[in-house]
Amino acid sequence: MSDVQHGLTVDALAPTRPTATQRGLRWRPPLSAAVIAALAFVVLLCIAVAAPQSISFYDPLRGNFLQSLQPPSAAHWFGTDRLGRDVLSRVVYGARYSLLIGVSAMLISVAGGVVLGVFAGLRNRFVDEAISRVFDVLSAFPSVLLALLVVVFLGASMVNVAIAIGLSGIPKFGRVVRARARLVREADYVTHAFIYGRTRASVFVRHLLPNVLTAVPVIATLDIGTAILAVSALSFLGLGPQPPTPEWGVMLAESRDVLRVAWWPSVFPGLALTATVIAFTLIGRALQAHFERRAR
Amino acid sequence: MTPLVDVAGLTIRFPRAGAGRALVENVDLRVEAGQCVALVGESGSGKSLTARSLLGLAGHGAEVTARRFLLRGRDARTFAEADWRRLRGTFAGLVLQDALVSLDPLRTIGDEVAEILLTHRLAPSRAAARVKAQETLARVGISDPASRARQYAHQLSGGLRQRALIASAIAGDPPLVIADEPTTALDMTVQAQVLAVLRKRIAQGVGVLLISHDLALVSGIADLVHVIRDGRAVESGSPRDVLGRPRHAYTRQLLAAVPSAHSRGMTLSGPTPGQLMPQPREADYDGEVLSVRGLTKHFARARGETVLTALDDVSFTLHQGEVLGIVGESGSGKSTCAKIVLGLLAPDAGEVRFLGQNWSGVAEVARRARRRAMQYIPQDPLSSFDPRYTVQDIVAENLAGTLAGAAHRRARIAGLLEEVGLDAGYLSRHPPTLSGGQRQRVAIARALASDPALLICDEPVSALDVSVQAQVLDLLAGLQRRLRTAMLFISHDVGVIQHVSDRVLVFHQGRIVDRGDPVALFAEPRHDFTRRLVAALAVLHGQGGRRDGNRHDA
Repeated sequence: MSDVQHGLTVDALAPTRPTATQRGLRWRPPLSAAVIAALAFVVLLCIAVAAPQSISFYDPLRGNFLQSLQPPSAAHWFGTDRLGRDVLSRVVYGARYSLLIGVSAMLISVAGGVVLGVFAGLRNRFVDEAISRVFDVLSAFPSVLLALLVVVFLGASMVNVAIAIGLSGIPKFGRVVRARARLVREADYVTHAFIYGRTRASVFVRHLLPNVLTAVPVIATLDIGTAILAVSALSFLGLGPQPPTPEWGVMLAESRDVLRVAWWPSVFPGLALTATVIAFTLIGRALQAHFERRAR
Repeated sequence: MTPLVDVAGLTIRFPRAGAGRALVENVDLRVEAGQCVALVGESGSGKSLTARSLLGLAGHGAEVTARRFLLRGRDARTFAEADWRRLRGTFAGLVLQDALVSLDPLRTIGDEVAEILLTHRLAPSRAAARVKAQETLARVGISDPASRARQYAHQLSGGLRQRALIASAIAGDPPLVIADEPTTALDMTVQAQVLAVLRKRIAQGVGVLLISHDLALVSGIADLVHVIRDGRAVESGSPRDVLGRPRHAYTRQLLAAVPSAHSRGMTLSGPTPGQLMPQPREADYDGEVLSVRGLTKHFARARGETVLTALDDVSFTLHQGEVLGIVGESGSGKSTCAKIVLGLLAPDAGEVRFLGQNWSGVAEVARRARRRAMQYIPQDPLSSFDPRYTVQDIVAENLAGTLAGAAHRRARIAGLLEEVGLDAGYLSRHPPTLSGGQRQRVAIARALASDPALLICDEPVSALDVSVQAQVLDLLAGLQRRLRTAMLFISHDVGVIQHVSDRVLVFHQGRIVDRGDPVALFAEPRHDFTRRLVAALAVLHGQGGRRDGNRHDA
């Protein structure tokens, strides 16, 4: 009760002039500057994925040994690496790998999580118990360790990295979807649809699934950043795409040896990675806030 | 003697929340010791806000102004937060509507009451406070207070819980008790008990400020009634005057909106309530729509230990064009019965026949074709709407799939909305943006979409304000008469049941204890429980000598 304010004004006859805020007219930006910046960055990433040649001037794979380890300059904005390749071009082309693998990993997590989560949330107790224990086991391993195991068994490749990261993300989605499904299953509007004479399948498709899935976009967006980071970590360890692929994790690994003499080959891909993770997190948070406001 | 509360020109604004309009404007209020003053109004009228401002609890950012604001002779306009804190509990106790939320779930009710005594140093030690807390629980009519004091709020029944809350409000022996809708969510017999406790306090010289939406309830206990509308007192006076000879149009409208045995066949809402319903009801009913034989349902309480009998040998029939009312308290089996009739629960014994064919004993697949002929109107329509759906989607869902063409469907939906008094502008609205009455109208439109032979209404108006309740009841009655739908109407409110039904079943502990004509049944009750209901009704509505007998022996 300490925050209760009781402003008793003695003079009842002194009217206060309402300001714009008091009349409820204060303008609230629909999106904060940070979210706008994040959206702009994601648009840039998308251009880099779709048409990397439009924002870079060099071949990311062809090096010029005479130009090796040049610091940032007008010709090479981000400098060149040990093999004389343009770092900017490699960062731009790298977006394609990082983003595609990250998004595929997220999609694998979503697909697995939704299917298992819905089953666990709707089916009988034994199915629920079985699936929930699988989630427990999956999340008992640190995700990178789990991904490592998968890659060791399947072999190092881009597809396998996506599968590995995707698998380790399943419990996160599965648990949310399961909780949501249990809630929606008991909702009055689901009971009502049965009263109209709808079949189970029709209730599932029309009411249950859509209302369960409303929980997914937010965590999916938040997950992209995490997935991209995990992909780069595996690549850094040499378990993902192999050099000379311009993947950010691979670039970081390659430039590790020259860090003492040249900071740019590692700092720029690192910055790209950091900015990507932050951008997706910001957008995810904004989505979350949006849905929470609407739910109220 | 100084009055407990003497307020003149009370005005409350929330400048920071936008809208410079005052939520309470120029209200005068005076409460003397041993007096009960009632604030009556609908939700949003500002009655609760007025009462809370007397405790300095008007809320964050409230701007409270008054020409005179005296609490027991002291000018409260100069109070600091510390002064208010001293006041709460010692000068005035607050009883809120929802006892389950108001009581701390982690504390026993004994500790809850003792807390107040300790906070205001009214007991020398924890042990003494505990003893005194038990005395207080006994004072509000809780039997076996020593063992009740060790229980938590969720372990108590609604009535006991509400009494425990009153105990916590009066523990410090405050000269003023503010009761904000203290009986609203309670069963009628329990309401009567709670009122009896309040009456006893008044007889002992405590001033009570009672806030309620229920004019009839207030008439049974109050010495002075203020009718509040949009933050203004539109009418004040003794309950006899205000209820007997209402001067203000709003008071008249409120009074006319209360359903009872006298309002049967008449409208409750509108500019001139009390009109005869357009189509008089025909005395003979045609075909049998629903027949229920020997329904029995048990629930295992915990791990198959004690078995709770929710329904015990319940039988009734319902004909086309007939309204069958079911009245009973919470836990009497009304809703279980509705669920079995709806085919959502299977009975342990007995049978439901719908439209001449077996209903309860057949597989869901066999019921599906007839499902559309049985529609349901719930208490809380909002939760029965898919949160993603607009009004149009909601009504469309129950339309026959055969209706071809989007334009055709849209026209049919608009037509249904018109029948329930909503224009086509509501088609694209989302239900959370509608008012309670509008939501219930959408639920009715949805139910009508499939031309049902039977409408099951489970407490369809109990969450609504009196005047909105009147509108919805009028709408339902009008549609029912025109369409000659059979209706199973479930309510805990005897007045509502008497108003709408052609026949009444009284449920008590899973059994039908009484049945018959809605007027005669309550005029000459046969069963003990019906008699108790009638007695509670009399206590609540101030018949049966409130001033003399009841006040002291209660």
